[in-house]
Amino acid sequence: MADSTLIKGGRVVDPSQGLDTIGDVLITDGLVVSAGTIVNDAPKDCTVLDATGLVVTPGFIDLHVHLREPGQEDKETVATGALAAVRGGFTTICAMPNTEPPMDNAAVIRQVLDAASQAGLAHVLPIGCATRGRMGVDLADMAELAAAGAVGFSDDGSPIADSGLMRNALSYSTTTGLPVINHCEEPSLSKDGVLHEGWVASRLGLPGQPAAAEESMVARDIELAALTGGRLHVAHISTAGTLKLVRRAKERGLPVTAEVTPHHLILTEEWALGTIEAGAGELTAPDKYAPLTRSAYDTRAKVNPPLRTEDDTEALVAGLKDGTIDAVATDHAPHTSTDKDCTMQEAAFGISGLETAFGLVNGLVDRGDMDLTTAIERLTSGPARVLGEPYQSSIGTLKPGASGDVTVLDPDAEWVVDSSTFASKGRNTPVDGITLKGQVVKTIVGGRLVHDLQEAATKGSA
Amino acid sequence: MATTRVAQEEPVTATAVADGGATTASTSPWQHRHLLDLDDVSTDEIATVLQSASAMKAVVQRDVKKVPTLRGRTVVTLFYEASTRTRVSFEAAGKLLSADVINLSASGSSAEKGESLLDTVLTLQATAADLLVIRHAHSGAPYFAARNLTRTAVINAGDGAHAHPTQALLDLFTMQEHLGSLKGRKVLIVGDISHSRVARSNLWGLCKVGAIPVLCGPPTLMPWDLLKGRTEQPGHPFASVQVEQDIEEAMRDADVVMPLRIQKERQDAGLLPSLREYAQQWQVNSERLARLAPNALVMHPGPMNEGVEISPEVAHGLQSAIETQVTNGLAVRMALLLLMATPQGGLNG
Repeated sequence: MADSTLIKGGRVVDPSQGLDTIGDVLITDGLVVSAGTIVNDAPKDCTVLDATGLVVTPGFIDLHVHLREPGQEDKETVATGALAAVRGGFTTICAMPNTEPPMDNAAVIRQVLDAASQAGLAHVLPIGCATRGRMGVDLADMAELAAAGAVGFSDDGSPIADSGLMRNALSYSTTTGLPVINHCEEPSLSKDGVLHEGWVASRLGLPGQPAAAEESMVARDIELAALTGGRLHVAHISTAGTLKLVRRAKERGLPVTAEVTPHHLILTEEWALGTIEAGAGELTAPDKYAPLTRSAYDTRAKVNPPLRTEDDTEALVAGLKDGTIDAVATDHAPHTSTDKDCTMQEAAFGISGLETAFGLVNGLVDRGDMDLTTAIERLTSGPARVLGEPYQSSIGTLKPGASGDVTVLDPDAEWVVDSSTFASKGRNTPVDGITLKGQVVKTIVGGRLVHDLQEAATKGSA
Repeated sequence: MATTRVAQEEPVTATAVADGGATTASTSPWQHRHLLDLDDVSTDEIATVLQSASAMKAVVQRDVKKVPTLRGRTVVTLFYEASTRTRVSFEAAGKLLSADVINLSASGSSAEKGESLLDTVLTLQATAADLLVIRHAHSGAPYFAARNLTRTAVINAGDGAHAHPTQALLDLFTMQEHLGSLKGRKVLIVGDISHSRVARSNLWGLCKVGAIPVLCGPPTLMPWDLLKGRTEQPGHPFASVQVEQDIEEAMRDADVVMPLRIQKERQDAGLLPSLREYAQQWQVNSERLARLAPNALVMHPGPMNEGVEISPEVAHGLQSAIETQVTNGLAVRMALLLLMATPQGGLNG
């Protein structure tokens, strides 16, 4: 017997087909049957989810997630990461290969895929290593990784510093049609920098990473994409200069795509000056000229690439709006409390981002920087386009025949981030205690309800 | 709970210490539980410290130096970096005030066994330390300690390239002793400003008392980001700081000349062609001093690399206040321990 789910009466926003209308979404046997029309002849035994007054979109796709398994299960597992994903509205997450051992062979890829199917929450698409052991010396066995299910190649966390090797990675990857995703950071410029090289780092007496460390490698990679025809996806861009380089590459018609994180769109270097004692509050950075308090050196704001300046966030928001940036990706980087409860120089880089992504991005909509449809596009069909076919037809869209992945949102709901309630093991976020507007109410993967805010709330209070 | 925490501090109890060993006029009371840098210390508070330090200096120069003021108080010095003068100075200051002083260094403590900074400072608090004097190679370590401690007050004795507030206070004290008011005085700091916690804390202190800090050194060692926008951005704390790359220009009419130690590592990191070239271009030597700043006070936070940033003749010459700085350091630290270990500064009881 057919297994159906009907999501009724919501505002259906599906940028992949220019859809924005009040209507229903019908999913049968895990696939979308119809979206945006009123369904009057639903199967009698189908599950009905009321979405009146809510926004119904294709399930979100996150191109950049660290699940830490295998090897660092104290920070996160595939199961906890996948639960955090669906809580954040993400029905597909791409798992970065900096695990221990790294995902540079089919066996580790299969291990991650097995863990993902056991969790039975979000789809997990593994990204294979670009070089063996992520050592930046020899290419990984890309064809084998692709056959095992890899959707791209990356040494994320470690830039591919050797230009000749990057050229070969881009060239060889064309046999698979998959993108090479580079964490662009010229190591001889970023060195031991822990924050953006600017006022705040200098004020705090900390080594910084100049914007040029990112930009010089992005410029190099773009020319190598032009040289080889390989697909380049630039991970987590963070500077206005990088945005210009990507824009120019796209104008040249090069096979270049880019992603940006919610934190690089919204937070700036000043967050390292500390908001810990401020407690619950608004999304405003500390005053950069004020005397330091004992909240200073807030390791929760330590992330790589570093939080930059207001000029950068403005440029990135504009780039997300005009489509220069294809996707919002969280770079979800969970860490233990010990990894962060230390000095800035000892602390691990990274922000636990899956569960706050929509609230942060919707903040841009709320303050009038872009419309909701554009924001949703960059969380759905935008990243699907980066993945290319066959994914583009099956995820990030509610076209008939696509996977029945749906996110139900309340863009007007205000909520206070409380990292202690995160599904992720990583409670490391600089927006803890901050009020965000825009909440994920329900998440459906393959027609199955995998997250329900009300249920989660009941459980939490039990 | 958030992963990064702030402990709730217990209120400071108003137990004055009765048998104050020194006297001074009370001006603005000291407002800080911790001394982390000078950025949040007011001009009045600086005046209070310097005034109290004068009284302490008189104590230090007596035959019998020991006073009972901090009897029953415990001062712990926790040094994760090598130090001669700062550490000895704090230890001596505590002992002259009759505090119990416990000295810990990273080597020989549990830090060597991998104990985290958090656990170390919590342990010291649990052993009833009233004051924790901490030096750490990482900028911000004292802030981290302060936000995790509820009962123990923290004094920053130097954190990475960030701050060294007690050094800046003893520098201000030494300058004021020789020059009187520092308003409008030209204080030249030469050398590796970017990596210098002494320079950073001195910038805050000098700007607060109305002196004109002048920075001089090779462009690879200048904190350009710290100075960026200082003339255009309203509210910029370093609006009065001047930069002059040429030492001959910079030294002209200087009231104070303070060369900073040039570390060999800077040459190794490619920031300098050679120490030899540095000395040729930026060394404070007697020829430059006699010609350009014949009346200037020469200061150095130590340790010196004689022959690199400063010539031996200048270091030990008539204009040098370098040894006085050390004595003044003791007086300033005694004043701070008093102000911080006792709510009334132990002076009015």
